[in-house]
This record gives sequence, structure tokens and C-alpha cells, in this order.
Amino acid sequence: MKHLASLGILASTVLLAATPVLADTVFLSTQLRPIAEATVVREELLKGVQNPVDYVVEEPPQFAVRMEAERQAGAHTISLVGALHGELSPLADKDGLEPLDDVAKALASKGMPQPLLDLGKLGKSSQQYIPWMQATYVMAARKDALQYLPQGADVNKLTYDQLIEWGKKMQEATGQPQIGFPAGPKGLMSRFFQGYFYPSFTGGVVRPFQNADAAAGWEKLKELWAVVNPNSTNYDFMQEPLLAGEVMVAWDHVARLKEAISSEPDQYVVFPAPAGPKGRGYMPVVAGLAVPKGAPDKAGAFAVIEHLTTLDTQLLTAQKVGFFPTLDAKLPTDIDPGVGLLAAAVNATQSSPDALISLLPVGLGDKGGEFNKVYMDSFQRIILQNEAVGDVLKAQGATLAKLMSDTKAPCWAPDAKSDGACPVE
Amino acid sequence: MPNNRPWIPYLLILPSVAFLALLFVVPLVQTIWLAVSDNGMPSPANVQRMMGDLNFTRSVQNTFLLTLAVVPVQIVIALAMGTMVAKVAAGRETILWIWTIPLGISDLAAGLVWLSILQNSGYLNSFLYGLGIIERQASWLSYQTPFALFLGIAAAEIWRGTAIVMVIIVAGLNQVPKEYREAAEIFGAGPWTRFYRITLPLIRPALQSALILRTVLAFEVFAVVYALGGRNFPVLVGEAYNWQNQNQNYGVAAAYAVLIMLISLAATMFYLKAIRVDPERLP
Repeated sequence: MKHLASLGILASTVLLAATPVLADTVFLSTQLRPIAEATVVREELLKGVQNPVDYVVEEPPQFAVRMEAERQAGAHTISLVGALHGELSPLADKDGLEPLDDVAKALASKGMPQPLLDLGKLGKSSQQYIPWMQATYVMAARKDALQYLPQGADVNKLTYDQLIEWGKKMQEATGQPQIGFPAGPKGLMSRFFQGYFYPSFTGGVVRPFQNADAAAGWEKLKELWAVVNPNSTNYDFMQEPLLAGEVMVAWDHVARLKEAISSEPDQYVVFPAPAGPKGRGYMPVVAGLAVPKGAPDKAGAFAVIEHLTTLDTQLLTAQKVGFFPTLDAKLPTDIDPGVGLLAAAVNATQSSPDALISLLPVGLGDKGGEFNKVYMDSFQRIILQNEAVGDVLKAQGATLAKLMSDTKAPCWAPDAKSDGACPVE
Repeated sequence: MPNNRPWIPYLLILPSVAFLALLFVVPLVQTIWLAVSDNGMPSPANVQRMMGDLNFTRSVQNTFLLTLAVVPVQIVIALAMGTMVAKVAAGRETILWIWTIPLGISDLAAGLVWLSILQNSGYLNSFLYGLGIIERQASWLSYQTPFALFLGIAAAEIWRGTAIVMVIIVAGLNQVPKEYREAAEIFGAGPWTRFYRITLPLIRPALQSALILRTVLAFEVFAVVYALGGRNFPVLVGEAYNWQNQNQNYGVAAAYAVLIMLISLAATMFYLKAIRVDPERLP
């Protein structure tokens, strides 16, 4: 009798586990993680999708581990992923994403710019992800900082020399360095080097890493750092020191400035990052939607992609979380004034005549972290530890060259194209 | 009753042994292998990479410096607190309860508490400004003020970790029979002699446990340092975290983990030898 009972329990368990249940579509994202933003996604952005969607967030390192674990185990729970270009690239390198060419074709006809769609190919022949939303990095300043702007300087066409001059004047007037950078442990300072500093001073990111232009750029950065708040190495999100009044001028990702600017839009000006001798470097940040191979609910995933890339949802996304549409669309005039300010600065950056686009690294696989480390180590040694520029660039250049040849990653813009691994010249 | 089933004790500890083997030994072996291999082959590459890294020497120095600064202070404070509370009759429990509050707070929360005190717009600056001692916000935690940063981290660590030492030492002090001290008093021994000749030798086992626990924890310090110093004050566990999380290089992170384990083992061995406990006093 006892045996029979346990057999019965066993049988029913097996049956329960084997019966296909109408499960939610699991949508795993590294973007829009803070509770407030995730709630907006669940309650507003995903409203209108037929099948219920389970929106789950994960920090980027854990995201990579989870995706790799599911791929190795062959047990898939996630149907849709939302992540940055650089986070999706290692998945595509392992051939872990479904091709999305049909979706891409449909979106191209709905007005998604082709260059943006091409980014989603990650250097492959088929579409790996669909551009979901985009952002970039800008500078923000409190309006009372504008009185110290050097004579003749236009805040929308700032150069590094003028920024240094501005910083000096603010420091003289207030007794404290007033410029801030997010160089803390979770800050995005490495993107400043890859997307702004290096392109502006050398016209490239990898090739000219240790040339004379780079050395001159680093000397300029030393000058700038003399008027940068030393607490910058503790800052992760610049909205906090701006709100606390620790700095008056800051550079950061739009989403990491939004809270300060949205809370007091009439107190801030937002403008493009400065230009160097080779132009005004800037890095568009693209978040994409991709379907992992073996996804349990592909149809559900496609439905979510379709919903998130409609014009209405894209505008709602901009309105609510400050990421801009990937469809060619005008933002409504009644948008949150803070988001409006940020959008204007992004526009000013993109349309500036000396703009020099710097793409996110491609082809580095899981070595993206070590790529960032090359730039951050150079920063630590040259700027914080005051080591000789030439020596540091030589040593770090060798590390970078090894990294590039190990990963065989070809050059990306603004570096000139390469056959095979991108060389450090 | 003669024990005719000698296997029972072994059976009883079997689940815990299996648990340890599964959740401790297996990952341990995996970590060691990860540290000393490269692409599935034995290789010193990860260890070399770790030792050649920009922050390796600094993180070793900082970790040892912090341990040397923090642990002795904690032991002295805990001994003083324990001796003081021994004299108190009424309200002893309440005092102990208040003193152990930091025990209930997570490391990171403790770091954030101290961050709110020491950061630019924090309580310390407001207080000093209110008294007119400083003219404007001073930085205590930047890379330009390494000494203040070190003091801040040490203070936070002492605040957070002293309670556990005190709990162990109070437990040890409770075990010391009153008669010994009374006898010593009759023979004219002063308070210092009584403490040095009677109390200290008798609480040796407690002291040993406290030292081992605190030293190992000090080598593993991370969250407090991360909250207060960020990248400005590299320590061993912080570097392991960076290599794992930011640089996504699990091999080098494992090399750091193995190094921390070796240092902790060496410290434990040192205390076991240095502060010998009579076998009859072992549990």
C-alpha cells in the first residue's frame, strides 16, 4: 500500500513536470534594472503584449554567467534578452543567438535607420539583435557655473582647452575643483577614454594607443585633472555629486545624469562633450533585443520585440526612462523637461560638424572587461600615480596588443579597418 | 552500557561530512584548478598575471597593514570592555546588548554608515564646519588623502568587528572562577598582576578563538573598504572581485582566492602554535 502511494506521488510529479504549461515569456535584461525603471517596464512598457511577460533583471557579469550556464546545460528558460551591444557580442560569438533578419527587414521599412540595424549584426552576416533603445554620454553643468565660462566659449562647442580654463576659473572662484568624472568602481570612466578622449585626441581607439598624439592627449588630461574633484575616483553616477553640490560640471551617461536634471530642469544646462584636435569623439550606446538559441517561447519573444519597437512604445520609453528611440522619431513637445534637455544635447552631439563617432568594441568576446582595464590602468598610472606617460603607454600598449591578437578582434570605427586583429601601432 | 554499535557516531556526522564535501571541498578543488590552469592545462599564467598586476603589491600591503592595525586594537578594546562589564551588576545585559549592535549589521551597511559620516557632505564635515574648524568641505576619502582614508577604513572596521571579539572574550571571562582572583587578592596581588597572571592565562582558549576569527576576517575585508575607498584602497578580496566581476577573468580571480586562503591558513597555524592551549582545556 505504502509502495503504491509513493508510486502514485512519483507518477503525478512526473506528469506535472512533463505537461506543457502556458508559461510566461521570460525576458531577461541588463538594462532598466533599478526598481523604479523595472516597474515602468512591467506596468507600462510591456502593457499590450498578449502572452504575459516575466521581466527579470540581472547585473551584466551575472547575466553573462547565466547565459553561458544555460547554453552549456542546454536547459533554456529565457526567451528574450535585452542587453547592451557589448554584452550581446560574446553570445553571438558563441553562435548562441537566433538570426532575426525578417524582423530587421520589417523594421527597416518602418523607419529604423540602416546603419543602426547593421550594428545589430555584430559583424556577422545575419541580424543578431534588434536595436531597442539608445543613449550616449553628455556633459551637464549647473547654471551658476556658466558665469565662469571662458570668454568667447560656446558651451555647445567646447574644446578641452576651454574646459580646462573653465575648471580653473571655477576653482579660483569657489576654492574647490568643480568638474567631476565617474571614475568610481561602478562608474563608466573607461567609456570616456574609448569613446571621447582617445577619438578626440588621436582619431582612433586601438591603433594610435601609444603614439605621439596619445601622449600629448594624456598630458592635456593631466592639466584637466588638476581641476577635477579628487573624489571623482569614488563617483559611480554623476547625478549624485551634482545633486549634493559637490561638483558643478560633470560628464556621464544620460541615464546616470537624468535624476539630477529631471528633478531641477531649470537649474541645468546639458551639452556635448568637448572636442580635441581630431574632433568631437562620442559613443552611441545601443541596447538590443535578442532571442537565445533554444528559447522556450520564440513566438512570445517575437511578439515582445514587435511591441517594444512600435513608435508609441519607443516614445513612452524615452518619456519614462530617458533612453531614446531607435526608430527615426521626433520626441513629443510635452516630454519631461529633463529628458528634453538630454535629448537636445544628444542631438547637438550627433549633428555637430566635428562629431567623430566611436563604436562600442566588437569581437572581444568575454575580454571586454580586460579591454576596459587597459585604459583604466593607464589612467591610474599616469594621472593618479603620476608615472611617465611614455613608459605607461608602452607597457599598456603591449598588453592591449596581446589582447587584440588573442581575441583576433578586427578594428572598429573610428579606427581604420584592419585585416585580422586590430594592431596597436 | 557497553557500546555495541560503534558506527553510530560516524553515521551521525555523515550528513555534515557529505554536505562539506559537496559544497566546500568540490568548489575548493575547482578554484585551485582554475587558478593553476589555462585552457585545461596546468599553467602558472594566472598566478603570474596576478603578481604582475598594477594593484597586486598595493593590495597585499594594504591588507596586511589593515590587519596589523585593526586586530590588536580590537583585542585590547574587547578585553577592556569585557573586564568593565564584569564589574557591573545591574544593567549588564543592556550594556552588552548595545555593544553588540554592530554585529547585526551587514558589512556593506556598516561601510555605508561610515560613508555617510566621512564623505564630503557627511556628518563629520558638517560638525567641523558648524564648530568653525574648517572653512569648506574637506575630502577624507580621496586618493589624495591616503592616510585619512586608511584611518577611516580602520575606524569603520574596528567599529564593526570589535563586538564579535568582545562576545568571545566575555564568554571566556565568565569561565574564570572567582576564587582564583579572591585568593590572589588575599595574597596582596594588585589589579594588574591579577589580570596578567590569572585572567589572561585562563582566557587563553577564548583569546585564541577570537584572534583566529578576527585575523581571518581581517584578511577577507572587503565591503567596508569598497564602500569607503572604492578603487582608492585596493585589498586582496577587492581585487579578486574586480577580476571576477569587472574584468571577467575567472582564472586570475581564482588565483587571488587561493592566495587569500593560504594567508588565512598560515595565520591560523601561527595562532595555534603561538597561543598553545592545554589539551585538557579543549572542548
